[in-house]
Amino acid sequence: MTNTYGATTAAGTAHLSAHGLTLGFDGREVVPNIDVAFARGTVTSIIGPNGCGKSTLLRGLGRLLRPQKGHVLLEGSDVAAMQARAVAQRMSILPQTPHAPSGLTVGELVARGRHPRQRWYQQFSGSDESAIAAALEATDIAGLAATPLEDLSGGQRQRAWISMILAQETELMLLDEPTTYLDLAHQVDVLELVRGLNRDTGRTVVMVLHDISLAARYSDVIIAMRDGKIVAEGPPSDVVTAELLWDVFGLRAEVIREPVEGRPHVVPLGAGRAAVAQAAGLGGARA
Amino acid sequence: MPGLLAPGSRVVRVRTASLVFLPRIAWLALAAVLLLLAAIAGHLMLAGHPVGLSQVAAVFLNDPAVPRAVRLTVLEFRLPRTIAGVVAGACLAVAGALTQTVARNPLATPEVLGVTAGASTGAVAVLVLAGAGHGGASGLAAAVGMPLAAALGALGTGAAVFMLTYRRSQQSFDSMRLVLVGLGASGLATSITTWLLTMGDVSNASQALTWMMGSLNGKDWGTVMPALLASLPLLLVAGACGRWLLLSAFDDDTARSLGLPLGRSRPLLLVLAVLLAAVGTVLAGPVAFVALLCPLAARFAARTVVPPLGLTALFGAAFVVLSDLVAGFLLPHSLPVGVFTTVLGAPVLIALVFRSQRRTS
Repeated sequence: MTNTYGATTAAGTAHLSAHGLTLGFDGREVVPNIDVAFARGTVTSIIGPNGCGKSTLLRGLGRLLRPQKGHVLLEGSDVAAMQARAVAQRMSILPQTPHAPSGLTVGELVARGRHPRQRWYQQFSGSDESAIAAALEATDIAGLAATPLEDLSGGQRQRAWISMILAQETELMLLDEPTTYLDLAHQVDVLELVRGLNRDTGRTVVMVLHDISLAARYSDVIIAMRDGKIVAEGPPSDVVTAELLWDVFGLRAEVIREPVEGRPHVVPLGAGRAAVAQAAGLGGARA
Repeated sequence: MPGLLAPGSRVVRVRTASLVFLPRIAWLALAAVLLLLAAIAGHLMLAGHPVGLSQVAAVFLNDPAVPRAVRLTVLEFRLPRTIAGVVAGACLAVAGALTQTVARNPLATPEVLGVTAGASTGAVAVLVLAGAGHGGASGLAAAVGMPLAAALGALGTGAAVFMLTYRRSQQSFDSMRLVLVGLGASGLATSITTWLLTMGDVSNASQALTWMMGSLNGKDWGTVMPALLASLPLLLVAGACGRWLLLSAFDDDTARSLGLPLGRSRPLLLVLAVLLAAVGTVLAGPVAFVALLCPLAARFAARTVVPPLGLTALFGAAFVVLSDLVAGFLLPHSLPVGVFTTVLGAPVLIALVFRSQRRTS
């Protein structure tokens, strides 16, 4: 799977691509002039320190933020020129901090994922019902369908939101930190689920992840960002290196091979900047 | 599988078409219609010298045996006031449902958009400036000038709030910013109103204060008919936008990602809310708490996540007509309808604030 990245450089074959994309808020540029492409059927993780613009990039790719310059192509067409509904039938997005109206049940939330495929005269078809049921099963929350969202634990709630975008049944999924609020077991559950969907149905996934080792474990492509720019992209074994972690995060770490798939695994050595300053001050006492 | 739709929903499928409905809402709507009809009948019978129900019915059936005086009383004096109550109630309630949902805050009524305060400023300006020294506005100024000035005040304030809130980079309105700017505009309009009041003489001021309390007193067809005609298309468009409401209650990113054209839907819903609130306020003055209470009552009774608009409109109409009947004619001393709705609404507002405090703590 690692070589699928090569195919993305030709814009025509990319599932989703950005060209000269400049994003920002109120005149301030957060992500200047980015070119990036995501090949069909790949899982890509965007990593980088807090505030590096990775969520902004994801929102720009997802048509949630209007570009200041440049454009985003979804299956070759400019998303800015597409109807919101047409985009929603092709691409689902899990925002970082979603908010649902109070009183909404889990089932009702997941049912919202069908909105792009519903009309005033097609409010709840048989395929809506089976897609919602399948999404609830996939995230293991079928038993909670009638429970109000606010009564759930953080982990259950996150799975309910993921279930909603699964019900959307799109070929492309954008996930902004899908593993926040989850314990490690549930993080792995979510990433296994995403990986499984990718493997079984060929879905394209682009996600922002904080945990670099998990990103390396479950992705075909890693994109590392710093200060709004892409500093490295490629297969995990090429991108996740000790040099890159130092460059991008200011983190001193050793990168080892994990024993399951032989992918890179990050072992932090110490909190970068502080440790370095300390080491310099103490004249190499750490050696 | 239970829980996929609002509790109690029924799905009807015919070939590829499928409709979801809540039997509960149909029953509630039927009850509200009956209550509204009873309130209208009561209003036509009891607004002043009592007229029997059979007489009222005979007027509408065009019975030639009905005395001209009774016909005139019912059709020309009482019916405009009744219809004004129905239209104002429905418009204010639906406007409230729209602003509460879009701002994701049950306390965000059209008042926070500055619309009602702007309408008051317009109306009071005419009262004070046109009626100065003549013992109150009368004739043309009162019949045409006041409603027109109220409408201009409402729309002007609404437009100003929109222009200050619109964010081009988001192509939309930020809800929180809207509420804050709206409250500011409201405060500004209110202080202009107060300043105008200090300029007028006492009789003008008392006339203005009655208007500002919300009153259906002295409505004629000249005011009511244009408002009725304006309200119908607005209410219909609002009804057609009803399917947007549930998604509008989500955060912006989720709503957009599920295919809601937020750049169009939110401005449209808010413009509708401003226009509806303007129509309601021009007719009845800023009748307090209708926009706050009726959507909440409809949502609570129907047990839905967002207020069902049709039911909200019926609740609003019934609430205002009933309140006017009780406040204006059944109480020993006649009161403007707004005083009565305030007495009913204030405890609910307090309960609401207490409940939301308990939830956040």
